[in-house]
Amino acid sequence: MVKDTRLSARLWAFANWAVIGFFILNLFGMIATVVTSSFATRWLGTWLPAGWTTRWYSSAWDEFQLYDVLSVTFQIVFLVVFLSGLIGVPAAYALARRDFPGKKLVMLLFLLPLLVPPITFGIPLATVLYRAGLAGQMSGVVLANLVPTVPFVILVMIPFIEQIDTKIEAAARVFGANTFKLFIYILLPLLAPGILAALLLVLVRTIAMFELTFLTAGPTSQTLVVALYYAVFAAGVRAVQSIDAMAVIYMVTTLLWLLIALRFVNPTQIVARAKR
Amino acid sequence: MTIHAASFRELRLDRLSRDFGTHNALKDVSLTIQQGEFIALLGPSGCGKSTTLNIIAGLLPATGGGIWLDDKRIDPLRPEERGFGMVFQNYALFPHMSVNKNIGFGLKMRGTPKAEIERRVAEAVGLVRLQGQTEKLPGQLSGGQQQRVAIARAIVVEPPLVLMDEPLSNLDAKLRLEMRAEIRRIHNTLGATTIYVTHDQEEALSLADRIVVMRDGQVRQVGIPEDLFSRPDHLDVAEFMGFRNKIAGKAASVSGEHATVAIDGAAILGRARNTIAQGAAAHLAIRPEDLHPVAAGSVGLKAQVISTEFRGREFVGFARMADGTDLSFLAHDKLAPGSEVTLAAEPDRVLVYGAAA
Amino acid sequence: MSDTASSIPLSQRLAARGLDGLTLLVVPAILFSLALFIYPFFYGLFLSFNPKAGGALANYQRFFSDSFLYGTIATTLWLALPVTVLTLLMAIPIAFRVRTMKHQRLLTTILVIPITLGTVLVAQGLLNYLGPQGWFNRALLTMGLISTPVKLLHNYWGVMISLVITGFPFTFLLTLSYLSGVDPALEQAGATLGAGPWQRFKHILLPLLLPGLAITFCLSFVQAFSVFPSAVLLGAPAGPTRVISIAAYQAAFEEYDYSMASAVAMIMGVVQLSIVVAVLAARGLLYRGPAGGGKG
Repeated sequence: MVKDTRLSARLWAFANWAVIGFFILNLFGMIATVVTSSFATRWLGTWLPAGWTTRWYSSAWDEFQLYDVLSVTFQIVFLVVFLSGLIGVPAAYALARRDFPGKKLVMLLFLLPLLVPPITFGIPLATVLYRAGLAGQMSGVVLANLVPTVPFVILVMIPFIEQIDTKIEAAARVFGANTFKLFIYILLPLLAPGILAALLLVLVRTIAMFELTFLTAGPTSQTLVVALYYAVFAAGVRAVQSIDAMAVIYMVTTLLWLLIALRFVNPTQIVARAKR
Repeated sequence: MTIHAASFRELRLDRLSRDFGTHNALKDVSLTIQQGEFIALLGPSGCGKSTTLNIIAGLLPATGGGIWLDDKRIDPLRPEERGFGMVFQNYALFPHMSVNKNIGFGLKMRGTPKAEIERRVAEAVGLVRLQGQTEKLPGQLSGGQQQRVAIARAIVVEPPLVLMDEPLSNLDAKLRLEMRAEIRRIHNTLGATTIYVTHDQEEALSLADRIVVMRDGQVRQVGIPEDLFSRPDHLDVAEFMGFRNKIAGKAASVSGEHATVAIDGAAILGRARNTIAQGAAAHLAIRPEDLHPVAAGSVGLKAQVISTEFRGREFVGFARMADGTDLSFLAHDKLAPGSEVTLAAEPDRVLVYGAAA
Repeated sequence: MSDTASSIPLSQRLAARGLDGLTLLVVPAILFSLALFIYPFFYGLFLSFNPKAGGALANYQRFFSDSFLYGTIATTLWLALPVTVLTLLMAIPIAFRVRTMKHQRLLTTILVIPITLGTVLVAQGLLNYLGPQGWFNRALLTMGLISTPVKLLHNYWGVMISLVITGFPFTFLLTLSYLSGVDPALEQAGATLGAGPWQRFKHILLPLLLPGLAITFCLSFVQAFSVFPSAVLLGAPAGPTRVISIAAYQAAFEEYDYSMASAVAMIMGVVQLSIVVAVLAARGLLYRGPAGGGKG
């Protein structure tokens, strides 16, 4: 890159780094506060708590019935991951390989749920799901979460599929592979990294998806993030440390999967989906 | 050698057409290929040669006509049911499979027992001389090695027909010559029938038993290399076969095999290649290597030299005639740009085409 | 000699237009999106014109005559627009700084954390961190910058800060991904032709980047405009940060008036869409070709 060494340029660079440094400092401060608080016996008006304990974790586990919440969360998340892969990957394959009339319209159909924020389409969606008797239970939550994840898988997979030379598929056919064998021996192995990346991103996004789950979940179908919201909303009923312990459990769950996902994808992919 | 091509008597393309808009169009392509022949489909890009090959392979549907293997109609069959071997332009090797797995893929799809797959793959590896590379992935091989894998993969299934789609176009010049010889050697060893698509006339001339020249989705001429090289039937085929100088004139006289064309006051004698009407427009086609400067005042094409380039033994010259026609020729000496030159060729090396061409 | 097919079968004609068995793989996804995205939208639209009481437009009349309801639009815009502009202004120079960095991945990984954690956790964290006894106020007090703790919770600023914390990384990563699509050789070419850093930015990079920035602006704005949990948890949901999504939520789940809730959701969608359409229309005037060199 073209290097600039004038004083004004250096000051400008310094200002940039100062902003990013300040941002990251506060971000970590915020996270550290939650973690510290979750291990604190009493923490009032001092830099650090009076003493340390792990009892909030066991109390949070019981108070918030975290075992149930976690098992519901993972059932929902894995159902969403599985179904969005099942519906999304074949659709992405068709869209990557075929040009048909109305394709632009179909692409728009899949782009919209990603552009429109969940709370906007979530309210009419929740209304429909309640009328259909699906909201308030796990199936409704799964269906609602699939609305953005199916298009997400499609848009992430299309460029991935496009980069596989169609000649390779033609070769497999010429050498005797029928559609099923083509899929098992050629497409699946070649697409595996892309599918893995897309589904991991879906997984991370679904764990953290608050709005759609919040709007459609009943008492027995709350995910961790919704349970956390209710706990914070009703703060004062329970000890702050207990809520923080739950927040740490949520953070660990999410960040663990994020770390796994980041082994396969670039961080920018989490926000920037397919390039248009 | 136990790899042998499955046998049939003849493959017949019967008025094959593909008619969707203008792209990839094909019009009434008919051709009969005998068992064991090496056929080259030759033509400029967009002439329909690759489309023809893909229709034979079953990768593209034809919209008319049929393909017959002896008396069995095969064009309704899906590509995986035809049992042909194919070498693709970019090889299309399966990037996630080792060399062995790539070569054995076709056999595996046919449900061949494991032990036999191993034996036949090992033979094919020997045939294309890839011993010691068999556990590598395609990405770890050089272009020439990938090419060999692609060929081995196509022949190991002992196909009745091997299809090759510009297999050498991605190799450098030296490797291309080497692989050309290799392809011919393998064809001879197997006694296979090969259809080879190329836009390189030199490649077609050196490899093929018969060449099919295509243009605009149609077959223009079918013939043995020697005929195509020296006696193209049409002006456009001649141009494509290296008769790069195309000069317009008027047919002065026609007598049997010979015709005289008046150009810029000179009467040039050549061989008539089609029906030429006396007094009608006609074209001369001459290879640059047959066109040489002659003494000023002799019968020939008058032109002004633009430049000359040294080519080792001789000079390649470029000149322009008064009517703007560009000529290329060979000369023993360097010529000064701007100087006047008269160019002539042996009458036997001059082809004359009437307006019908 | 042969039985050449004279007419082209329908299946082949369809295949030539890209419609064959393979294309059908897209059908489940289309049906799914139609059933759970398009249908609910029209259902909501229909519902909003069938109010519990009054004529077809009663919901909308009520919304626009009650300042407690129509005021939410201004409240939300007053949060969303400054946040979007601020994060974009921060993101552009920093993205320029970062794009040539070797260890870019570490920074992008750190920044993706707040997005991944989501608004609820950020709200919970900020409740502790920004409180009167929290580390933020303590640090400012210790440095002597303030004499009494700043009130940053349960008001406008709390929501604003939480939006910046989740919004900035989003905007930044999006900007960075667009910026990395610009060929660095173009800037070097500009430098060899005598353009200084500011001129290079203004005449070469900015024009190539603007379409991407327009999209970034839209996405960031739409995110900020739909602020919900942090407005409840960190703001004053009954007053200064009563954003439009709170109004919609209350109508649906506290008053059980789905018709009114749908009307609010439609209004929310219309406001978002009109800003997005305005920005994209302006984008239509910009250069949108490849941002690489001549090749390709």
